[in-house]
Amino acid sequence: MPAPAWWARVRDARRPRWWRWAVWLAILAPGLGMLAAACSDLLLGSRWLGSNPVKQGEHVLGQLTIKYLVATLAVTPVRRILGWNWVQRDRRTFGLTAFFYGLAHFLWYVLLDIQLDAAELSDDLTKRTYIIIGFAALLLMLPLALTSTAASVARLRRRWVALHRWVYVVPILGVTHWWMSVKADVGAPTVFTATFAALLGWRWWYARREHSPHAHAPST
Amino acid sequence: MFTRPSVPPDLRSSAITPEPLYLSRREWLVAAGLTASALVGAAALFPARLDGQQGLGTPYGLQPDDKPTPWDDVTTYNNFYEFGTGKGDPVEQAKGFKPRPWTVRVDGLVGKPGDYAIEDFLKGPRVEDRIYRHRCVEAWSMVIPWRGIMLADVIKRAEPTAGAKYVEFTTLFDPARMPGQRASVLRWPYTEGLRLDEAMHPLSMLVTGVYGRDLPNQNGAPLRLVVPWKYGFKGIKSIVRIRLTDRQPSTAWNTSAPDEYGFYSNVNPTVDHPRWSQAKERRIGEFLRRPTLMFNGYAGQVASLYSGMDLRRNY
Repeated sequence: MPAPAWWARVRDARRPRWWRWAVWLAILAPGLGMLAAACSDLLLGSRWLGSNPVKQGEHVLGQLTIKYLVATLAVTPVRRILGWNWVQRDRRTFGLTAFFYGLAHFLWYVLLDIQLDAAELSDDLTKRTYIIIGFAALLLMLPLALTSTAASVARLRRRWVALHRWVYVVPILGVTHWWMSVKADVGAPTVFTATFAALLGWRWWYARREHSPHAHAPST
Repeated sequence: MFTRPSVPPDLRSSAITPEPLYLSRREWLVAAGLTASALVGAAALFPARLDGQQGLGTPYGLQPDDKPTPWDDVTTYNNFYEFGTGKGDPVEQAKGFKPRPWTVRVDGLVGKPGDYAIEDFLKGPRVEDRIYRHRCVEAWSMVIPWRGIMLADVIKRAEPTAGAKYVEFTTLFDPARMPGQRASVLRWPYTEGLRLDEAMHPLSMLVTGVYGRDLPNQNGAPLRLVVPWKYGFKGIKSIVRIRLTDRQPSTAWNTSAPDEYGFYSNVNPTVDHPRWSQAKERRIGEFLRRPTLMFNGYAGQVASLYSGMDLRRNY
């Protein structure tokens, strides 16, 4: 049965001319806005981030990391389902953004939350399971960030694909870290767990479909 | 509205009537000695009056750098899961909550059980303004001028029997008025408990106001418990029942996570929460963290309640 006309129009959409600016705005605005709000709160006594700006900033940076992991993992499904192949080149941007927000979240915690308390940092990294898991997620993103360049893709070739499959583990560690840090407010981590389950589940389904005897033309 | 006058730590000598005119030397010495003893005794309980707290109440256990937390923070940064789990949820979701009329039942192992209207707690010579430190288990803290009465007065009025060993408190259960209770985030209704000697301690308060005004809904209107040497979650809000019992009451957070929240929940920098350290705290409004004090700075007044107890096991 042929697809409805409106669906064909959606799939035919091309990359808008403003797309590049929109992406830059989307990845920089939340971080810069939060930084400005934090500076204003801490130096000028405003209340943009509420009564506990250090904690709020830490949470916002963590959530931005998770959100950009969603964006990164959403690129391939969007390409396959909507046919928008032109988002492929934004996948690296989203992935690096997730890494930088994750790094910012960690630095914020070390510098502003525990304020370089070496004893507490070493306790946290050895005794607190949820922090160990979060730190592992960050460490896992590091080699992915370092090998994100075209030169790395060319140099590593098939090993690059194998290495970057590890990105699937990062959100699992990330939401686990989030779940384990809350007292009883599980609403938000639940939403993102479901989102990642859908994104990863789609990949698993798609891979199975590709390898079944009834597969259509192979994906590229 | 009667508030207990503060006791200034120093008397100016020019205020003392010259002794030959009114008192014999011996009488004057006796009077001076009694006054001095009273002052020393009072000073042990009320430290020197501090700047920036004029008219807010009597400071209890405060240091010179303990400034009262601004009203905005006290009334918009709240843990009150009956109105949502976000810190900003209670001020929004409790807007329409009506804390009147309100009845508090005092019963259990008492000679004189009864139902009290909230108005019974609001008036009378025993209402005081006290400035306490407040320490949340999440490692943030505030300094709050509470208005209320001593819990001991209410318990004494009820005449606990010889078998009464604990006091159990219960919050209102009404999901229609408290939307957070529609989800099983905690076991509802919220319950808390104290050992009888903790409840009878002069520092334990039943609070009806803050900053000289009626308690806002998000702070636990119209009646909440304040036990300043324990973590804030012991300060049960919107109390409808106070019951004397012989068994240790079950408490909401201990039921929710028994390995993280105990019955005593005394502020203790040497006993970590399983997921974070309790050695430091963030004073709301300040940037640098400060060291947490044993019993939240009230060790002088309450440590004797726990002598011989292993506070690591009894967390």
